[in-house]
Amino acid sequence: MRRISLPLMALTLLIAACAGESESATVRLLTHDFFAVPDELLAEFTADTGIEVEIIRGGDAGIVVNQAILAAGNPVADVLFGVDTTLLSRAIDADLFEPYRSGAGARFIDQYDTAEGLVTPIDFGDVCLNYDTALLPNPPTSLEDLTAAQYRGMLVVPDPTISSPGLAFLLATIDRFGEDGPYTWRDYWADLRANDVQIVADWGAAYYGSFSATGTGSRPIVVSYASSPPAEVLFSDPPIDEATTAVIEDGCFRQVEYAGVLRGTPNREPARRLIDFMLGVEFQESVPTSMFVFPVNPAATLPDVFLDNTSVPSDPASLAPQVIERNRERWLTEWIDTVLR
Amino acid sequence: MTTRRASMLLALPAAVLGIAFFAWPMASIIATGIGADPGRVVDILGRGTTLSTVWFTLWQAAASTALTLLVGIPAAYAFARFRFPGRRLARIVVTIPFVLPTVVVAIAFLALMGPGGALGFDLAGTVWAILGAHVFFNLAVVIRTVGSLWSHLDPRLEEAAASLGATPWTVFRTITLPLLRPAIAAAAAIVFLFSFTSFGVVLLLGAPRLATIEVEIYRSAALVFDLPAAAILALIQVVGVTAGLLVYARYQERSGIGQHLLPAAATARRPVGRQRWLVGAAVGTALTIALVPIGMIMWRVLTAGGGLGLGSLRALGAVDPSVVDVPAAIGNSLRFAAVACALTVMVALPAAVVIASRRSPMGRWIDTLLMLPIGSSAVTLGFGFVVGLDAPVDLRAWWGLVPIAHTLIAMPFVVRSTVPVIRSIGPRVREAAAVLGAGPGRVWRTIDFPMLTPAAAGATALAFVISLGEFGATLFVARPGGKTMTLAIFGLFGRPGATNLSAAFALSLLLVVITGAVVALLERMRVPGVGNF
Repeated sequence: MRRISLPLMALTLLIAACAGESESATVRLLTHDFFAVPDELLAEFTADTGIEVEIIRGGDAGIVVNQAILAAGNPVADVLFGVDTTLLSRAIDADLFEPYRSGAGARFIDQYDTAEGLVTPIDFGDVCLNYDTALLPNPPTSLEDLTAAQYRGMLVVPDPTISSPGLAFLLATIDRFGEDGPYTWRDYWADLRANDVQIVADWGAAYYGSFSATGTGSRPIVVSYASSPPAEVLFSDPPIDEATTAVIEDGCFRQVEYAGVLRGTPNREPARRLIDFMLGVEFQESVPTSMFVFPVNPAATLPDVFLDNTSVPSDPASLAPQVIERNRERWLTEWIDTVLR
Repeated sequence: MTTRRASMLLALPAAVLGIAFFAWPMASIIATGIGADPGRVVDILGRGTTLSTVWFTLWQAAASTALTLLVGIPAAYAFARFRFPGRRLARIVVTIPFVLPTVVVAIAFLALMGPGGALGFDLAGTVWAILGAHVFFNLAVVIRTVGSLWSHLDPRLEEAAASLGATPWTVFRTITLPLLRPAIAAAAAIVFLFSFTSFGVVLLLGAPRLATIEVEIYRSAALVFDLPAAAILALIQVVGVTAGLLVYARYQERSGIGQHLLPAAATARRPVGRQRWLVGAAVGTALTIALVPIGMIMWRVLTAGGGLGLGSLRALGAVDPSVVDVPAAIGNSLRFAAVACALTVMVALPAAVVIASRRSPMGRWIDTLLMLPIGSSAVTLGFGFVVGLDAPVDLRAWWGLVPIAHTLIAMPFVVRSTVPVIRSIGPRVREAAAVLGAGPGRVWRTIDFPMLTPAAAGATALAFVISLGEFGATLFVARPGGKTMTLAIFGLFGRPGATNLSAAFALSLLLVVITGAVVALLERMRVPGVGNF
């Protein structure tokens, strides 16, 4: 009897110790591998609130959301950041979050789809066509232009069945050309194919491979982000003042990134404080240079390099998360049939 | 020495690790995925893309294995049988690719034979790029596994056949090949497993048309969110790999030929006449395959920022730590690798002792089953940790998962490199010591331990570099704390800006340098006479 109870007791103590630990003021943030935040900001948050932040990463946004869904109700962390427009509906369907409406964003979060208060918008990014300003003095100005003979063999697109910006670009074309009517998005892609569009694996293979301005290839038009030209200046070597790439304003797709309090968290209050912090001006002003996205908080000012080299696209395409969730698999299959077969 | 009970005890740590952190999570996630919608099993098994993906996965793995053997066996011969200037350095160079992260290899190959690549032709999206990368990766497996047995074969057997009038080809076919068969089969099995479950290379070089099962699992899990499909594909992979491994184990059991092995130094000689050309061609081909992609990385590092220079090393220092914390990533990698080493010593070495004892047939089966993790889906295992490790203690986001995953991947190689050493300790030495009055503890302390130490040190170094270069399993595990070097490289390649790209190449080169240094150390620690991988 004593023999059995000793290890059992030890185990109980261990579990109690672990449980006790989670009572203390630590908040666990589950996020993707591209999440970045200056250490000083986190230290400030801890100094102000007494809450330590532990960041848990697990691959790209799609993988992380699925990891969270597999643990729905008994979460691995307290807050999830990185659910974007294309993933939101699935996360909501899986009942991943508990409602929280942050006072810190009261003035602006309602411009976004918050799934009835379950998620909080943190940033947004626009997937946009970029072009090589040196090679292309007369860039296309619309999606339609890309099918013209003049731009034949110039466009490279990351595979939408693998790459998130690739999917965003596909969604922009679906939003523009629609599913029915005389000229659908499938007709558009058939024309792109006839105009020798190149499909590569992911954003890196397109941007650092085929794209003429930043890669080794010869194609002057690439699917990238509205924030890429300022990043080219910010991270130039040798330093340059003006980007050699620019954004084509038409055909952009807006993705909003959300955070939410995971249902079943034992640390509700610290989780809520973390979301408040992410809406605060300081964190919001850090997102352009650490994650190349735009802040949702209008009080946050953009760094000069962003103001000089890009603008927030005025009229980006976007689709409702439910529509994307319902049709994604069919659209991808149809895209494969149209472009690859 | 190894009674049944003792061998059970020695195998226990490996069994616990394998069951708790591989078999159980894997079974949990597959059950969850299929359980979510059992009706779809037939539907998914029968759909055309599943069949074509399985077929492509199989044939590209077979082709990769055949090509790697074709290039590797002559090189293994040259390294095993001849002494030539720079042999040690050449062995180090051909070993480095094996421990490079897949993401770095894929990017080096894209820069080489992608759009606008340095070689001048674009093979991205074709099977040739995939096969090339697989040969580059796995050459070391063949050269080291086959080469080490070859270096111990008694050349007098071949000489006797030749003097009786057999042509060189007949000698090779009827004497050498049968003697080498176990090593060739082992190398082929490992190369096949790696190519069968290849992810990063196929994802980046095969898109948009070519995909392995592993890439389809990723697509289902990350993009389409079809967990049942991912689970069924993962199950196909596990069943296929297990079946293959069991066939392999039976084959190994039957084809083992007892033979008298000689120390490597006794079989190697200087090449003369035509042999020089042969050695030059075999070693030259292997070196070219290893060096061209590594050279590509070096070239990008040296030419970053326009001119020739070390600009990209500066770029590495200048990376904004809030974006990617490079020093922390190096620290994390070294820490994980150190833990993986310690675990390897505690888990893989006792298992190797069991496997080495020829008396227990259990050994070969354990040996085979240890290979299962390297043939399994990393994406799926990452999900398996989330589903399976929540109770009794919540380990789902435990920092230890990453080094444990690395240990599971390193284990087959560590076991393979230590088993021959353990076997080489003749029982008569132990018996003599016992006769002279030494107790079992003293025999272990004075005979086994000193003889095992170099092998253990070598195995540890091997686990270290495998951990350092691991990418796939690291990426898909929910993990607290910072990034490793391979994840930092991946992160830098995913960001715009010239300095980020330069820093990614510089960090890749740093990984090559560290890896090369440890492999060099590994070479020095090779036990004269024996040693496998």
